[in-house]
Amino acid sequence: MKEVDARGLSCPEPLMLTANALKGATEAVKVLVSEPHQKMNVEKYARDHGKKSTSTEKDGYFEVVIE
Amino acid sequence: MNLSDSKKKLALAGVVCGLVAVCLALMGNPANMAFCIACFIRDTAGAFGMHQAEVVQYARPEIIGLVLGSFLISAATKEYRSTAGSSPMIRFVLGVIIMIGALVFLGCPLRMIIRMSAGDLNAWVALVGFILGIATGVFALKNGFSLGRAYATNKINGAVLPMIVTGILVLALATSLLKASEAGPGSMHAPVIASLIGGLVFGAFAQKSRMCFAGSMRDVILMKNFDLLSVIAGLFVVLLIFNIATGRFVAGFNTPGVIAHSEHLWNILGMYTVGFAAVLAGGCPLRQLILAGQGSSDAAVTVVGMFVGGAMCHNFGLAASGTSLNPETKELVAGAVPPNGKIACIICIIICFVIAFTCKREDAKK
Repeated sequence: MKEVDARGLSCPEPLMLTANALKGATEAVKVLVSEPHQKMNVEKYARDHGKKSTSTEKDGYFEVVIE
Repeated sequence: MNLSDSKKKLALAGVVCGLVAVCLALMGNPANMAFCIACFIRDTAGAFGMHQAEVVQYARPEIIGLVLGSFLISAATKEYRSTAGSSPMIRFVLGVIIMIGALVFLGCPLRMIIRMSAGDLNAWVALVGFILGIATGVFALKNGFSLGRAYATNKINGAVLPMIVTGILVLALATSLLKASEAGPGSMHAPVIASLIGGLVFGAFAQKSRMCFAGSMRDVILMKNFDLLSVIAGLFVVLLIFNIATGRFVAGFNTPGVIAHSEHLWNILGMYTVGFAAVLAGGCPLRQLILAGQGSSDAAVTVVGMFVGGAMCHNFGLAASGTSLNPETKELVAGAVPPNGKIACIICIIICFVIAFTCKREDAKK
């Protein structure tokens, strides 16, 4: 699974990195972000692009898996 | 409570914030300033004697309310995160730059929208510069610009700025240590309690909606995403309706009393600087206050930079003057950007370019 570690990065970097990772991706992409609004942005981006996402809160960050 | 999951909710947040600005203007804030982050930070810096411009000294409770509103709502909704470490001194410099650009134009992006809604064509001219500045920042982002990661810090660290602004409120209410203008824009203000409540409400809605004037246009240019722009649209529409309904809408360039100037090039370059620096800093002046309230020490350092920048603008003669009427001759005195302001603005743009194309993500350096 491709992983994007966007923890601690300022907006819009988490979304830009997610978009890059999803380009032509054939496997699931795991995105790690720090802020709740960044998690929501990534989930919305996935939804807008017809993908499913599952989020879990980890120790001080969020993991969003996009498939 | 989530205000950012639909354009309607986002627009509603903009409407609420627009109503706050309208109410504060009706209660005594300078009408076309209403709720200007740059002006209010400059006024608060003046209250501390960081600059000696007697007409713009007043500890604005709106600034205190914004930080506390964001702090309280983020703590209540578990979004408070104490973080730091993403190039703090570069962010400090960007805070200074944002203020210099804003005071060359005479207003932050929020005030630009407020002025646009009242028919001030200078603000529409400045919008061109703002968009170009954001587009330049987006170009840098696409080329790998990054200020690096922030890391979790001691929880209390992120609460220092909210505690400091609470201290400012206590000083303003319980002592006579702070300066307060007796004439000019600094003397025009709504009652303290109204300004504070207005700030708290504005801060809470801005935090939940992620309201950002630079971010909204950045998202449109970068990702064709109009979500954040709907907040600004809601705010603009409310202000426009208010201005038209109360006869305050006057389309024109040289309108005395608006605290604006008609040097088009410098309106464009001033807001170009603000737009560019705000994209590099990850948000407009309002967003910096909100992020600082929700625990980001990096944003708090940017806010400190804005205080220093505001003081520098008046200490070094960088801030523009507004068009006014000579009270004796009744002649129009055109507002202007002083030579020092023009030089500083150019230097700020150069520094932005240096930051934009030297600070890169690890993967973008290859």
